[in-house]
Amino acid sequence: MKTYRANVMICAGTACVSNHSLDVRKAFEEEIKKRDLEDEVQVVTTGCNGFCGAGPIVVIQPDGIFYQFLKPKDVPYLVEEHLLKGRPVKKLMYVPPDEEVPIPKMYDINFFSGQMLVALRNRGMIDPEKIDDYIARDGYSALVKVLTTKTPDEVIEEIKASALRGRGGGGFPAGIKWETCKKAKGEPKYVICNADEGDPGAFMDRSIIEGDPHSVLEGMAIGAYAIGVSQGYIYVRMEYPLAIERFKIALKQAREYGLLGKNILDTGFDFDVDIRRGAGAFVCGESTALMASVEGRIGEPRAKYIHTVEHGLWNRPTCLNNVETWANVPVIILQGAEWFTSIGTGDVSENPWGGSKGTKVFSLAGKINNTGLVEVPMGITLRKLVYDVGGGIPKGRKFKAVQTGGPSGGFIPEELLDLQVDFEQLDAAGSIMGSGGMVIMDESNCMVSMALYFIEFLVGESCGKCTPCREGLRQLRYFLKKIINGEGTVEDLEEIEIISETMQNASLCGLGKSAPNPVLSTLKYFRDEYIAHIEQKKCPAGSCRALIKYEINESCIGCLLCKKQCPENAISGESKKLHIIDQDKCTNCGVCFSVCPVDSIDIISGGEIVYHHEALEVENDKETSV
Amino acid sequence: MTEVNAARDTKPETVQMTINGNSIETEKGKTVLEAARENDIEIPTLCYHPGLESIGACRLCLVEVAKSSRPGRKRLVTSCLFPVENGLIVDTQSNVVRQHRKIVLKLLIARVPDSDVIRRLADEYGVQESRYVEREDADKCIMCGTCVRVCNAMGANALVTLSHGLDKYVDVPNKNACIGCLACALNCPTNAIPFEETDGKRRIWGKEFDLVRCWASGEPIGTLEQIWHFAKRSDIPIESFLKSDKVREREDAAESVGVKL
Repeated sequence: MKTYRANVMICAGTACVSNHSLDVRKAFEEEIKKRDLEDEVQVVTTGCNGFCGAGPIVVIQPDGIFYQFLKPKDVPYLVEEHLLKGRPVKKLMYVPPDEEVPIPKMYDINFFSGQMLVALRNRGMIDPEKIDDYIARDGYSALVKVLTTKTPDEVIEEIKASALRGRGGGGFPAGIKWETCKKAKGEPKYVICNADEGDPGAFMDRSIIEGDPHSVLEGMAIGAYAIGVSQGYIYVRMEYPLAIERFKIALKQAREYGLLGKNILDTGFDFDVDIRRGAGAFVCGESTALMASVEGRIGEPRAKYIHTVEHGLWNRPTCLNNVETWANVPVIILQGAEWFTSIGTGDVSENPWGGSKGTKVFSLAGKINNTGLVEVPMGITLRKLVYDVGGGIPKGRKFKAVQTGGPSGGFIPEELLDLQVDFEQLDAAGSIMGSGGMVIMDESNCMVSMALYFIEFLVGESCGKCTPCREGLRQLRYFLKKIINGEGTVEDLEEIEIISETMQNASLCGLGKSAPNPVLSTLKYFRDEYIAHIEQKKCPAGSCRALIKYEINESCIGCLLCKKQCPENAISGESKKLHIIDQDKCTNCGVCFSVCPVDSIDIISGGEIVYHHEALEVENDKETSV
Repeated sequence: MTEVNAARDTKPETVQMTINGNSIETEKGKTVLEAARENDIEIPTLCYHPGLESIGACRLCLVEVAKSSRPGRKRLVTSCLFPVENGLIVDTQSNVVRQHRKIVLKLLIARVPDSDVIRRLADEYGVQESRYVEREDADKCIMCGTCVRVCNAMGANALVTLSHGLDKYVDVPNKNACIGCLACALNCPTNAIPFEETDGKRRIWGKEFDLVRCWASGEPIGTLEQIWHFAKRSDIPIESFLKSDKVREREDAAESVGVKL
């Protein structure tokens, strides 16, 4: 096998690709050819590195030097300096917020050093389209191990002992699910991989499939062997074309290598996987709706009085796990349940619900410096996740809340920042782990608007089958809009709570039962903000258009920029003189606020200044220095 | 639910349970709703139809159940789907049940303000004034899906639900598939599907059908498409469909005394 002096690992996750990382690859290939380095330097395209906000990303191995925001025009200089002269290029490296000295090595950067990679173990290290890369990193050795040395029952015992809980939202112990499915009557049985990731701002599963499709496939094969299944399905949404493409390649390669298909590795075990593409309905992430969709029917949930492990796909026993759950399986088989339970919280020696073991992948989105994908041990504090790994809040603003678990989850306020992130504690705080989406909000986010945002999302995604979910969402949206427009009353809050209670108790599926969570958790922690909207007609975050007005303060330098940009011609004033906004013409569109170079525009709500430029001074200094 | 049906075909196993404090005996494989109705215990329903597969959409038939081993652990279930089991304790009228039914009805009346059926039910549950927003341009459809299921059971498969969420609606995307049999309209719990019959024509779902008349009495029997469909589906000669019910009854009566008309 050919070895190289250096490997240029180019991130080809969706975020980097959409920022033209493939052009960067082309530039590298051309430059390396031009400089006659083809025998010394290899260019590798990898899956997502997770640091999506900094893309396109390149890591030069074996030194582990990390470069960000690369453009094709940076490449000739980088090749000359780093690969020829051995001088890493500082200006393309990562600089932490509030600091000036760049950090050259990938694993010295907080974002990466605070993580622990299990499901994402091959992140950035392999080319996802090459099965040999996966095999070189111990890939498929867990499958070989179970097929040659373990009985199906021993595999189930191992997974049960590891207390691996479902990573898709419910947190149901995978080992128990496998065992129940194995014992259920009916043949044939099926395994399904749920890759219908639909939470806004969540991209964990997509990244795993794009970056390491074989890990999911190997996990499914191990599960299939344990349960006694010969057919699996992976349900991926159409919006993930790259994931579908890479999984197709992985299937083809695994079949060619005899790791999938009839009589795998001469052990007599048959297993194959088919891809089923979903049309992007959020509700199809719910197991019964997903199975209906795989069968070719309308993706609507049914009541689960009879469980899918007994009557699932085509009424046969079916074991459904999420992408991340499957990706964890090979590692548990290789490293052992004892190793897995050494990570995380709680005591699972008596029962698997006693704690949260292993790691969890989260996607960090919203008002956070390091937007991207992270894998951290269960039990990490929210503070560490947001400030160390996530790099804190941009523009020197104040943290307000983090929304976990997607639209079905809840908001966690600042006073709970020291909460340990695991199934139990998130639940106790009125939120859920969900599939791992985290949206961070700062002081400029109005919590009533955020609640409405998630309700609007669910209004669009409810399947419309049962009354409480469909009609309850209609009413919740109505009352929230009323409040945001300054027309709400305290009685509206009572109505919201009564409707929410019926939705939680009387809805058909998990979507409807959890749909009021965004409203209830904001009401729980930010009730004063609702009251301010209702009683003082004030939006404390300065974001609800009906309740604010913009005013220009004395720091205005009279640059005419806002006057030119105002679509309503509501701003008057001459050059170098204080400008004034005509409140009768102003529609509160906020264009002046965003174009003002000196932040002279205040936001007034409820008769008070809720947003003043001083808060932004730090940010301006920083932005100009960059 | 093939196994449920299979259980029905073979020897029925009896199940002992209580509904509203009364001990009852029923057969395994039935639902709580069926067991209740057998014993004249009323549970309100909208989307339930004894001849169709239950889907648990309207949520009106909610009841509280608990197992005798843990009577304190009550859960709300839809009685049209929940299977009976030994020792089950069912409460069809608890305060919790009544409260949720009331809110469900309040939500429905905001959806279909003009429906007498929902209005009557809402009155029963004490729904008075409501501050909920009423749907604009509201028809009387409550999205219970009965029409779609009955059309499917008839074998016509003309009706489907389209879109989803608040925009979900029922329609006939392929007008050729509709046989004009009226099964949807006559089974709709809120009479939301309009149709009319005048001058030997029937109009439904924007399509006009010619009505076939009984060759003996001249009464309208049904649409030609409908008769064709049922004859083909049942393998019964089409002639026997071309008589009105009254004529057929008369013929049967005559035949039973040995007279051929």
